[in-house]
Amino acid sequence: MKASIIVFPASNCDRDVAVALNEVTGKAPHMVWHGDADLPSSDLIVLPGGFSYGDYLRSGALAARSPVMNAVIERAKAGVPVLGICNGFQVLTESGLLPGVLLRNAGLKFICKDVHLTIERDDTLYSSDYKDNKVIKVPVAHHDGNYFADDDTIRQLEDDNRVAFRYCDQQGNASSEANINGSRNNIAGIYDESTRILGMMPHPERMIAPELGGNDGLPLFRSILDTLH
Amino acid sequence: MKARIHVTLKQGVLDPQGKAISHTLEALGFEGVEKVRQGNFIEIELTETDEQRAGEQVEQMCQKLLANMVIENYDFKLVS
Repeated sequence: MKASIIVFPASNCDRDVAVALNEVTGKAPHMVWHGDADLPSSDLIVLPGGFSYGDYLRSGALAARSPVMNAVIERAKAGVPVLGICNGFQVLTESGLLPGVLLRNAGLKFICKDVHLTIERDDTLYSSDYKDNKVIKVPVAHHDGNYFADDDTIRQLEDDNRVAFRYCDQQGNASSEANINGSRNNIAGIYDESTRILGMMPHPERMIAPELGGNDGLPLFRSILDTLH
Repeated sequence: MKARIHVTLKQGVLDPQGKAISHTLEALGFEGVEKVRQGNFIEIELTETDEQRAGEQVEQMCQKLLANMVIENYDFKLVS
């Protein structure tokens, strides 16, 4: 499996994702600079976390219009899976590949801690290895993670079963207390119509070994490998 | 020619920053603050001298980058 990780100025989780993918696939992914118009042939494209372009104007807004994104959008529309984590999720919404937008956290604070997530479905490219986990623990680290979309869009996402993860408590209740950032319906991640594009605020790549606090992020990368290898 | 652009949140979109500003204004003793909405102000200097063409250009800039039409509205003025 050949993966490409897009590196923007001030991406800071690009190498973490590279380590995770390397660990699971045994192959080093391509690191693709944002200014490159050429994107190598890839089975998976990852938009990593960070603070691309200093989060100027709006988080992800400038990265979404950088030269390499034309190629990413083209490939995504041709069916190449795209995974956007944290800032990568913001880039996906800003580029129109996923609906909605990530607003400033409702509490206005940067949140950096481990959170629990429900696995809403275990039949996608990214979740097939989560059959035994209904609740996982992974970290978040964001200031703008408050998922917002209008009523019609939220209804559509729910009706189409396109919510990937919700913030929940340890028992798996997606309660308002567990909703760390004010996201509508506790949404922590969503799929596009084909479920080949996933955007999520939490960081699975930071939970891939017991030394890091757990390995609940590993099945996400294993799922991709199982499906695409 | 200059374009002066205001980008503001649409009605119905929660604005926690506006709320925090409103609370602080209250704490400072300013009475009668009913609601605060925060937005962006952007000033662009253009080489275009024709008002209509400049207007069309700025319109495109707003829609393609300066405003996120999911949550924001924009309006602008051209000044020579």
